[in-house]
Amino acid sequence: MSQYNLNNQFRAVVIGGSAGSFQVINKILASLPKDFDLPIIMCLHRLKHVRNGFVEALNIKSTKEITEPEDKETIKKGHIYLAPANYHLQIELGNTFSLSTDEMINNSRPSIDLTLETAAYNYKHRLIGILLSGANKDGALGMKKIKERGGLTIVQDPKDCMIDTMPSAALKITEIDHTLNIQELINFFKELYKESKSNY
Amino acid sequence: MQEIEIAELKKLTEIVRDKYRYDFSNYAMSSFKRRIQRILELYRFPSIDALCKKLQDEPLFFKEFLSEITVNVTEMFRDPSFWRVLRDQVLPNILLNNNNISIWHAGCSSGEEVFSLAITLREMGLLEKVKIIATDIDTAILEKAKSGIYPLKNMELNQKNYIRYQGTQTLENYYKEENGKVIMDKSLMANVSFQEHNLVNSRPFSKFDLILCRNVMIYFNQTLQNNVLKMFHESLFKYGYLIVGSKESLIWCDIANKFIVVNNEEKIYKKIRD
Repeated sequence: MSQYNLNNQFRAVVIGGSAGSFQVINKILASLPKDFDLPIIMCLHRLKHVRNGFVEALNIKSTKEITEPEDKETIKKGHIYLAPANYHLQIELGNTFSLSTDEMINNSRPSIDLTLETAAYNYKHRLIGILLSGANKDGALGMKKIKERGGLTIVQDPKDCMIDTMPSAALKITEIDHTLNIQELINFFKELYKESKSNY
Repeated sequence: MQEIEIAELKKLTEIVRDKYRYDFSNYAMSSFKRRIQRILELYRFPSIDALCKKLQDEPLFFKEFLSEITVNVTEMFRDPSFWRVLRDQVLPNILLNNNNISIWHAGCSSGEEVFSLAITLREMGLLEKVKIIATDIDTAILEKAKSGIYPLKNMELNQKNYIRYQGTQTLENYYKEENGKVIMDKSLMANVSFQEHNLVNSRPFSKFDLILCRNVMIYFNQTLQNNVLKMFHESLFKYGYLIVGSKESLIWCDIANKFIVVNNEEKIYKKIRD
């Protein structure tokens, strides 16, 4: 019996992270079952002018291919997405991506808050939001929105983070459902996978 | 901040369409909602109803609304690799078959991209052979573009982009500094005509060798994007080029089979069928 009370209600996972999150993402994606079928949408802080190299680096260890979506692209089951450089990544009603070149938020474009908030609006309670290590408060408001819409909220344990500012900021303003270290995060995805398979 | 309901946005777009003949009903939802939220905060409207009322009662306010509804964040030489491909492949290709080049810069905003284009052309020695029409829905931002005056603090990023583009000079050669602002060299705009134009429900008004519309249609939904692309197709000479933003795409739209992909990384398309 899963310790997370998952109920197979979820339709997507969104992950936000900044400094210190790369290794965590790598470990999670390296241990993901190949037929994990929830779409995973990642918004990671990155250099605005570097278009190539990031998704390639993540693809080295990932069991599944990660792509940077184009504007209007449909969010597909079993796919993993990374917000492209110098655009905000938003989720539209009807499960498509939309991009924006609007002002930076929290000094970042892509902004984690924007991805999380639009995901919360689209997926409501069917969303899992995960916030990892990072040096600013981006994502705190987004996690709050996810919780308000009934989604599941998880942060990386601040004690486990390279830089804990990001998850701590989220914990300060929202009652986050789970605070997990890296190994627990990897186990969480395994539980999620088991849960999704057990209902077929 | 109160969540804006879709029904409220619908009411707003209906008022704007019926009273002012600007149709925002096919703008992409998330961005449009954010712009409206921003307007509510900026003008301290307690609700969309209050905004609707002001639009109904005060026609003069509409111009301000129009200025605030569009996203005008732009940079010079954004995606430097694109500008290199434009200089090294696209423009020389157009010149193989033409002595002159006609360019439409659709959704030119405050002009940074137009100046980037003019600088590129000048450094190629082509500026005199080119006619550029730069359009935008917002007359206020067009005035800004015509003035060629930008905040000094923006130039740091612009210079970085220009250096990555590997221009032949330094960006400072193209402007002078004055009181925390820069004034762009007006001679760069000698062959540029700035005009007000709404891409929504528009018909072709001319034919071009090159249409640039980068990171504009991301604010349109798929329906509107499809219509605009059809209109762009009709506005191009055969073998003319259409260029959109690096993370936009033509592939799923109706006129896709009338273009070939010249460069997928930079989203450069060439019209091969009328």
